[in-house]
Amino acid sequence: MDIYRAIADPTRRAILDELVDRSGQSLFELCGRLTMKHGINSSRQAISQHLGVLEAVGLIRTRREGRSKLHWFEGAPLKTIRERWPVSTDEDTSHSTDEGIEE
Amino acid sequence: MRIHLTGVFVDDQRKALRFYTETLGFQVKHDIPLGEHAWITVVSAEAPDGTELLLEPAAHPAVGPYRAALVEDGILGASFAVDDVEAEYERLVARGVRFVQPPTDLGTVVTAVFDDTCGNLIQIQEEKGQP
Repeated sequence: MDIYRAIADPTRRAILDELVDRSGQSLFELCGRLTMKHGINSSRQAISQHLGVLEAVGLIRTRREGRSKLHWFEGAPLKTIRERWPVSTDEDTSHSTDEGIEE
Repeated sequence: MRIHLTGVFVDDQRKALRFYTETLGFQVKHDIPLGEHAWITVVSAEAPDGTELLLEPAAHPAVGPYRAALVEDGILGASFAVDDVEAEYERLVARGVRFVQPPTDLGTVVTAVFDDTCGNLIQIQEEKGQP
């Protein structure tokens, strides 16, 4: 699966939202947040499979801490999207071009 | 029918009893010697006649893999009700308790999760009033 398919799924996007809100969550904590905050009532097994997809495309990393397996958001793979379709910033807009001419 | 007893498996019953009483603040209800182990239950000081929590020895061979798999996914051993999760979090952190999840607002409840030093993840939970 590629990164586009990985983030096409709304549950997987909610998982990323929650991991951005707090890094280093267990499967249990993530499932609780998805249920309570997003109304997503998928089984732990289903969420675990979503985590597997996100990890396979590099959007999350896992690490053992003590005896628990925790999950982190990893934004680096999104760079490929930004490089493919560059986002214009304020500096790129017309008024900043005028400043450039003045210089 | 009422729930009068539930329990957690603990690596060391004496260490667990100290943690659950001295650190968390529960009271001993029973401490009955049973060979190398004991029947130890604690109750809330706020409800001494309420549900007892059994500190069950983790010696049974099934407990190790069972608990390891639960803790790997962050699944709770027990959950306790408190009036104010943030205040309880501050009190327990000051007593050296290690939290694996800081107070988190989930809309209708606020929760936090700590390590009971005896092999379990324990949640404290505060029910929020209706907005």
